[in-house]
Amino acid sequence: MAMAIRVFLSFLLFLSLTNLASSLYEDQVGLMDWHQQYIGKVKHAVFHTQKTGRKRVLVSTEENVVASLDLRHGEIFWRHVLGTNDVVDGIDIALGKYVITLSSGGSILRAWNLPDGQMVWESSLQGSKASKSILNIPKNLKSDKDDLILVFGKGCLHAISSIDGEVLWKKDFAGESIEVSHIIQSPEVIYVAGFVGSSKFYVYELDAKSGELLKNNHIALPFRTSGESLYVPDDKFLVLDDARSKIVTININNGDINYNQKQISDLVKDSSGQAVILPSRLPGLSALKINSQVLLIKVTNEGELAVVDKIDNTAAFSNALSISEDQHVFAFVQYEDNKIHLSIKDVNDWSRDLLKENLVIDHQRGNIEKIFINNYVRTDRSHGFRALMVMEDHSLLLVQQGEIVWSREDGLASVVDVTTSELPVEKEGVSVAKVEQNLFEWLKGHVLKLKGTLMIASPEDKIAIQKLRLGSSEKSKMTRDHNGFRKLLIVLTRAGKVFALHTGDGHIVWSITLNTLRKSEDCKHPVGLNIYQWQVPHHHALDENPSILVIGRCGPSLSAPTALSFLDAYTGKELNSLSLAHTVARVIPLPYTDSTEQRLHLIIDFNKHAHLYPRTPEASEILKHEFSNIYWYSVEADNGVIRGHALKSNCIHEVVDEYCFVFRDLWSIVFPSESEKIIATVTRKSNEVVHTQAKVMTDHDVMYKYISKNILFVANAAPKASGDIGTATPEEALLVIYIIDTVTGRILHRMTHQGCQGPVHAVFSENWVVYHYFNLRAHRHEMSVIEVYDQSRADNKDIWKFLLGKHNLTSPISSYYRPEISAKSQSYFFTHSVKAIEVTSTAKGITSKQLLIGTIGDQVLAVDKRFLDPRRTLNPSQAEKEEGIIPLTDSLPIISQSYITHSLKVEGLRGIVTVPAKLESTSLVFAYGVDLFFTQIAPSRTYDSLTEDFNYALLLLTIVALVAALFITYVLSERKDLQEKWR
Amino acid sequence: MEKGKGAIGSTGRRWAVDFSDNSTSRDILDPPGFSRASLDQDDSTLSRQKKDAESNWKSQKAWEVAQAPFKNLLMMGFMMWMAGNTVHLFSIGITFSALWQPISALQSVGKMFEPYKDAKVELLGPKLLFIALNLGGMALGVWKLNSLGLLPTHTSDWVSSLAPAQEVEYSGGGLNFS
Repeated sequence: MAMAIRVFLSFLLFLSLTNLASSLYEDQVGLMDWHQQYIGKVKHAVFHTQKTGRKRVLVSTEENVVASLDLRHGEIFWRHVLGTNDVVDGIDIALGKYVITLSSGGSILRAWNLPDGQMVWESSLQGSKASKSILNIPKNLKSDKDDLILVFGKGCLHAISSIDGEVLWKKDFAGESIEVSHIIQSPEVIYVAGFVGSSKFYVYELDAKSGELLKNNHIALPFRTSGESLYVPDDKFLVLDDARSKIVTININNGDINYNQKQISDLVKDSSGQAVILPSRLPGLSALKINSQVLLIKVTNEGELAVVDKIDNTAAFSNALSISEDQHVFAFVQYEDNKIHLSIKDVNDWSRDLLKENLVIDHQRGNIEKIFINNYVRTDRSHGFRALMVMEDHSLLLVQQGEIVWSREDGLASVVDVTTSELPVEKEGVSVAKVEQNLFEWLKGHVLKLKGTLMIASPEDKIAIQKLRLGSSEKSKMTRDHNGFRKLLIVLTRAGKVFALHTGDGHIVWSITLNTLRKSEDCKHPVGLNIYQWQVPHHHALDENPSILVIGRCGPSLSAPTALSFLDAYTGKELNSLSLAHTVARVIPLPYTDSTEQRLHLIIDFNKHAHLYPRTPEASEILKHEFSNIYWYSVEADNGVIRGHALKSNCIHEVVDEYCFVFRDLWSIVFPSESEKIIATVTRKSNEVVHTQAKVMTDHDVMYKYISKNILFVANAAPKASGDIGTATPEEALLVIYIIDTVTGRILHRMTHQGCQGPVHAVFSENWVVYHYFNLRAHRHEMSVIEVYDQSRADNKDIWKFLLGKHNLTSPISSYYRPEISAKSQSYFFTHSVKAIEVTSTAKGITSKQLLIGTIGDQVLAVDKRFLDPRRTLNPSQAEKEEGIIPLTDSLPIISQSYITHSLKVEGLRGIVTVPAKLESTSLVFAYGVDLFFTQIAPSRTYDSLTEDFNYALLLLTIVALVAALFITYVLSERKDLQEKWR
Repeated sequence: MEKGKGAIGSTGRRWAVDFSDNSTSRDILDPPGFSRASLDQDDSTLSRQKKDAESNWKSQKAWEVAQAPFKNLLMMGFMMWMAGNTVHLFSIGITFSALWQPISALQSVGKMFEPYKDAKVELLGPKLLFIALNLGGMALGVWKLNSLGLLPTHTSDWVSSLAPAQEVEYSGGGLNFS
């Protein structure tokens, strides 16, 4: 009996193991992985709401995405992610069926089919100099069937047929030194207007049919202008002078140009602030923003200016929307003591509000930055309006009748940094009713699964089974699980918002817009920089919540003021925030924690002072204890220098600052600037766990890995070949690889690849580094591996030493011992170009590793480290084969089943993050770009657990059946015995 | 079968009448023609002879028992050769039974030679042989274990479990935030 069960169990185990963990079956998609699609912060939006067909809005975003969204639910109908250099300048609809986008600085014009997003045509527009790019598609020009699209880009004006994208004519303005800012189209004539210098205003008149220059006119203003100008229909421009005290109306009516000027102080009483012309296109009106007040100024036909209204506390203005022949409306948003008012008014009939609504928007979303409006006709023939709002945190809202119809968290398209946090431990005391219900559900589920296994499930059952598997409530629980699959992914977005995503199904657990990263008077361009684990309580501080450190800076320059925020990882509450008196150039998390498990961090500022955080005496004490063992290195890529530093003493300003330190320089490596330029540096992850220091060879021999966290991989390219691929010849190109000890500055290994060039993507793990580059001679990408071994330990071969414990292999080591290093290396061709490389990480580091390669096709490919093993030979011996050494091939195989993203794409892939699960075999992978993707992978298959779909019900049923059989046969044999005896 | 008979012969009697014991019937006269003296003598020589034969047979048996593991050894050797040098269920099973059998035999050496215990029989020799042969069997098992690579006789077996050494220094840094 017991034997039977054992055999059965081992058989089941065998069955579950044969299931390849590295690839998926179709019905396993979505079981452990999730994928979220985003578009990024919307720049332009165009509504397409015809009476028939689906209502949609077309958007282009700062992530260079062109997308068509369902206006009803906010889902994506179709989406195209253009390249990182292909910035979208304009989007519009032509002929009612094409979406036209202008991108790449006005040099690429594309037409997409409106319903399905197929590309219809593409024109590449040539030009000679960079300039502002303008896309102009006539709305009301019904002269021809063949509508013209006017594009100004790269100093040229192009007229393009909207049917096939053919360039009909082109006019070059590159020689005219004009900064074209407006293109105005009327049926016969096209006006091109702009400034030459800052005070001469030029207007060119072109023939719309042929592009011939009809007239050229200009006016010289007696003062310099601020450069920004606004076109007010008909034929007027508004300009501010460079002191922003005068407003100038330039009238180009009837071919001659004249101007009127007016002091802003004449229009408004207190004009103390800087005036800015808002770029909203409103017929006959212009909006002038002074401080938080917006002046609406009417421009009369004679060029006279009159203030129509003053609006306080405005946040956003929309463009004008024409709802009938002569009715134009526009929307604006006002903030008034924590309330948000959306108003829609007619441009000509100022007294009446077409719409005035109060909105309730979560203040975590920040201010409204942009607003786009669209109208619809209600059943009573009046006009209703819907507004699309772009928020400060990059999210997108659709508001209709004062309600938020849908919202999209598009801030997640621009993830800057990722960290993880454990979930809270499950508490005792689950109610009985819940368990009972769960038990019933559990049984029901397993009976269904059993049906599936025995192939007697009906199609409905199959659907139910799949639903059960995908929607398992176990996945998205808010507590820690035994295997460590459930965690929080904490991501910092470019908008300065922090999200916590659940690894089970990717839902947002909490989100917070940090006050320190909000746009304000002091902080014009806040950027989120990095996110660190600040406090990870385990062991003795378990009752405290883990916390996260977020570092943000106002503005892109290194000298901008910086702020730290501390967040509770479970709730997302801001625990504390500090505005730093010093700058932040670098943050170094130290490998020491204080008694509350807060990690010590050194923040290096711009003047090379180090500041210790947390600022507690205890932390200072810990640092003092390890004072002489803390080093840091700086890579100056522009100068080609790497420097090593050590802590020296406290800073001495007026008083001694206990938490501030100065450095002394220890070493520097200066690369010859005429032949080498630093293009990539990679170091090991500080939290990587290595299981063993020995690598066992086939003959039971041992190689000792050189496992040091203080090593740095540096890739240098020849300066001539540091540009794009194809700009240098193989003779000029050179790639030099260094492995450097960052404590002593010693170069452990140096290698050159002749005729190769970057971009180099590399990953460093244990004692090896894998890097990817381009080989110009072979015209192919290559990947190389370097494994570093410690020769000075190699003589630890006496078994008796080990038996008696008289070896020094586990005693602490110092870089100053100058270990003897040997490196092994091998290179292979690789088909794809690469966006990111990462390596799997597991809890104990026992499981073999896989490289995760983000390919140019925005997928993630898992390649076994065994393929990148310098010990591979053409004909491995029998023993080597048994050990798993693969015969050497010139290129790395790409097995289509080993794409961990299977059929999905992580559009705009920028990074891959791996986190160990508690289960040794499994590693959690998070890939981010415009999309987010998460999955679990088991590089050596799940050898330490039964698979997710293991059928417990079948096992239970078998055991019950076997016990029953045992009992019955026992009774039968007893009876037979009795009969035998009576005979 | 022989062993069983021997056992009955030595101790396993159900009942017995000792005719040689005449102490109780001294005062009864002997039947005519019966010479007590001759009978006494005759009986004692007979029993001595019988005892000698028994002890001889015992020592012979003891030697036989002592040599029995040798056959086992040959059998084991053959099985091991058949099992090959790769680690799988069969080879592991054989190796462990080869190790276990001698150990269990050695534990019960005393019990094994219990039946042949006799004042006159020298059991040390057979016991030593028995132990030696079983040790030989065990050595074979250990050798097999080693050839399977399950004995920690290489440096690699000791190093793999050692954690990497701690580093004294810590160095962080890299490119500045841009």
